[in-house]
Amino acid sequence: MQWEVVIGLETHAQLQTQSKIFSGASTRFGAGPNTQACPVDLALPGVLPVLNRQAVEHAICFGLAVGAKISPASIFARKNYFYPDLPKGYQISQFEIPVVVGGQLEILVGDEVKVVELTRAHMEEDAGKSVHEEGFIGPHGEASSGIDLNRAGTPLLEIVTEPVMRSAAEAVAYAKALHGLVVWLGVCDGNMQEGSFRCDANVSVRPKGQREFGTRCEIKNLNSFRFLEEAIQYEVRRQIELIEDGGTVVQETRLYDPDRQETRSMRSKEDANDYRYFPDPDLLPVVIDDGWISAVRQTMPALPAQLRAQWQSEFGLSAYDAQLLTQDRDTAKLFESLLALVDKSLAKAAANLITGEFASALNRAGISMANAPLQALHLAPLLKRIADGTISNKIAKDIFGILWEEALAGKAVSTVDQIIDAKGLKQISDSGALEAMIDQVLAANEKSVEEFRSGKEKAFNALVGQIMKASQGKANPGQVNELLRKKLG
Amino acid sequence: MSWHKTPIALMAKALAAKEVSSQELTQYFLERIKAGQRWNAYLDVNAHLSLEQAAIADSLISSGKSSRLTGIPVAHKDVFVTRGWKSTAASKMLANYVSPFDATVVANLGLPTEQNPHGAGMVCLGKTNMDEFAMGSSNENSAYGPVLNPWNAEHVSGGSSGGSAAAVAAGLAPIATGTDTGGSIRQPAAFCGITGIKPSYGRVSRYGMIAYASSLDQAGPMGKTAEDCALLLTAMSSHDLRDSTSLADSGEDYARYLNQSWQAGSSSAKPLEGLRVGLPKEFFAEGLAQDVANAVQAAAKALQDLGATLVDVSLPKTKLSIPVYYVLAPAEASSNLSRFDGVRYGHRASEYRDLSDMYKKSRTEGFGAEVRRRILIGTYVLSHGYYDAYYLQAQKIRRIIAADFQAAFKQCDVILGPVAPDVAWRLGEKSKDPVQMYLEDIYTLSTNLAGLPAMSVPCGFSAQNLPIGMQLIGNYFSEAKLLQVAHQYQQASDWHLRQASEVA
Repeated sequence: MQWEVVIGLETHAQLQTQSKIFSGASTRFGAGPNTQACPVDLALPGVLPVLNRQAVEHAICFGLAVGAKISPASIFARKNYFYPDLPKGYQISQFEIPVVVGGQLEILVGDEVKVVELTRAHMEEDAGKSVHEEGFIGPHGEASSGIDLNRAGTPLLEIVTEPVMRSAAEAVAYAKALHGLVVWLGVCDGNMQEGSFRCDANVSVRPKGQREFGTRCEIKNLNSFRFLEEAIQYEVRRQIELIEDGGTVVQETRLYDPDRQETRSMRSKEDANDYRYFPDPDLLPVVIDDGWISAVRQTMPALPAQLRAQWQSEFGLSAYDAQLLTQDRDTAKLFESLLALVDKSLAKAAANLITGEFASALNRAGISMANAPLQALHLAPLLKRIADGTISNKIAKDIFGILWEEALAGKAVSTVDQIIDAKGLKQISDSGALEAMIDQVLAANEKSVEEFRSGKEKAFNALVGQIMKASQGKANPGQVNELLRKKLG
Repeated sequence: MSWHKTPIALMAKALAAKEVSSQELTQYFLERIKAGQRWNAYLDVNAHLSLEQAAIADSLISSGKSSRLTGIPVAHKDVFVTRGWKSTAASKMLANYVSPFDATVVANLGLPTEQNPHGAGMVCLGKTNMDEFAMGSSNENSAYGPVLNPWNAEHVSGGSSGGSAAAVAAGLAPIATGTDTGGSIRQPAAFCGITGIKPSYGRVSRYGMIAYASSLDQAGPMGKTAEDCALLLTAMSSHDLRDSTSLADSGEDYARYLNQSWQAGSSSAKPLEGLRVGLPKEFFAEGLAQDVANAVQAAAKALQDLGATLVDVSLPKTKLSIPVYYVLAPAEASSNLSRFDGVRYGHRASEYRDLSDMYKKSRTEGFGAEVRRRILIGTYVLSHGYYDAYYLQAQKIRRIIAADFQAAFKQCDVILGPVAPDVAWRLGEKSKDPVQMYLEDIYTLSTNLAGLPAMSVPCGFSAQNLPIGMQLIGNYFSEAKLLQVAHQYQQASDWHLRQASEVA
């Protein structure tokens, strides 16, 4: 039987704000337990929530970026359940009327662009954290767990997709695109280790061609792209094997165990909570008028999808290059500033430099794009010298390496021309000099010449390689090709 | 000087004229509290702290930095959290709980501080008894015993602000704060023969008020006279950024119309000329005690004598206010009271098997029967499959009830009726049947559902010499006008000045 996989994702993105969504306590990560929990976060008797305006603006910003409808009056509801890390006994969330409705996100799977439809995005508060360690003593001397409420009340945007993804790879591509977007917009810091961006995956399978969905399982709290991929792959296998062995999938919530690379049942639908949602009487409807929406729109950066479309049509970049360049705002910014310094015709070369040498140098050094030691003004001359034939691509790579090392070591960075001069890296394009070099190589490699003449094209490449080597990489490769053909022809 | 018989309007003059000091007044009431423990009106008193506040108030007065109410003692319902006094909401769940911050109402009335420069400078006398978490109409639901009615100790004080009402009636406080979710200021005020007003929803900040039903809860003053209530309400209300439902324009002088006639140019004999008083027929129907009906009719006649016109109006959905209220209030309460889980503060069972057992035991032990009952009702009506039939339906009728009032206010300026169907009942008389007790709220619930201001004004006595209160209901934000009507009535009557014979 052929199976089709159906995946929908719910992503919790922590909204980047100074203070919590309903209190004035700080949202800074990593402080001592309960040092960032005020009376409102502790749910002391008599406290009331007050909505953080910044959180709403982030939600509006996200909604606009995905082309969604912004609700003119969304409602906060109470989701009631008991748990020690939930101080009020309810979570304030949006239920019937979320702030963001609909929208879509483009993702790139392989080199195919796919559109993921979003259902909604709603604001809510995070819960605290239980700490299960030895040494906590309750009021009656009993062994207990610890509770850290620093995270309680941290603003979240829960972004929900339609069940439109068909593979773990698509789900990961979506999660990466979403991650890129929220960080791009500045609404989320995207730090997955700190839990700022985490996914729940709803996974089901159905026989290919069947319209109805299969029974789904929800895998909670996947906080890395790798876990997301592994968990879905495992879950898909589990469900298919279960059905093929004559069993049925039970709707339930599951947890992924990265050590064992498997998902485990957490709770079934039967013992799922009845959350008794109802509108929170302590909070007014979140009224968002057109004025507020346009004010937020004005503060928004150009969107990655816009830039991609623009660069593909204006500069002829491939979808893949455009995707890489719009991974984050700093990369895109570098590309834009580089293009401001060089001719449009060098766009492809600029893209290659940034996504190639530059990216791998950053990667090796473990430096983020934002903190890169080299800037557009260092790189522009390199592109110009390739374009005017002064240096070859290969030499350009070497020069980049020199610039990089200098910058990394904190030294004054040389200019590209200084390096070319000092190291004599200028490309040899003088046909007389090249011909002399070619003659020498041909004389020393008679065997290869014969092989070429007897029809082995490979031998030609070997000869070119020898010539380049003899020139220490400085020979103009185009010219070498041309001259060599003439001589052998 | 019998300070316990003195309205705060006069007390303020005596303080300003240095005829008495705040410390003397405070000492006076602390002694009366000690002597009047039999009423069980107070849950926590801290004489040292009260006198310390009084000393500061005196220095403010002598240095000319006082405002109108500086130095006057006030008692707070135990539903307001206070630093220095326990805040238990009359529940075992919060026995010995002390809040790290003051409720906005407490701060507004308290001494001016750096964070609260506009504090009125009043002195806190302590915390008054109430029905547990403000759930009840007789004060018999307090975990710390019922409040007795100062007019007859065998009768209830009314609830839930029974402690505040009895404290004022028995002269154990010059004035007090209360809260009203379904009549909890007005009904005990009526039962104890004092004056109280529940303002429009949003006038007074709910920050620091231990929540019962958030969309209905509203704080207000309970005092001897309408004038006293106007003075206290002016100091209590404010726009509070910590309460999203607090009104932006709450800072007004609620005493500004007291001594004016309803219309400019009316004769002093007919100060209420032009006032249209609506009498809803549903408020005088079956179930109303004859004594009460007579007293309220007489009050209507008295208003007429002062120049007002009486008109018949109708509030057809009055009866439905009981089921609507007893769906919505428990629904909100079931969620509001979830924080009392024994995890961070409050009662925790001494032995339990696991987390779920800890919750069950702590909450079963910590909450009284009525609180548990309302949590159960509220949980039920919000449950999957019942939400539409109960909660949503009740919300729809709530809007109809509010619309009925608007229709009535096209024909009249204020609505007059009884506060409760009868006078204070005997202790234990209605305790066995909660529904019987719920029916007692029939005239007060609808104004909370609509968010309207309403007050209770003494207007007579029953055959057994128990006080009767009339209810005046106004349109949104008409508190100053309501207080004006009540004040004019009190200028022409003396029901509010009567003292129980047991109160020396």
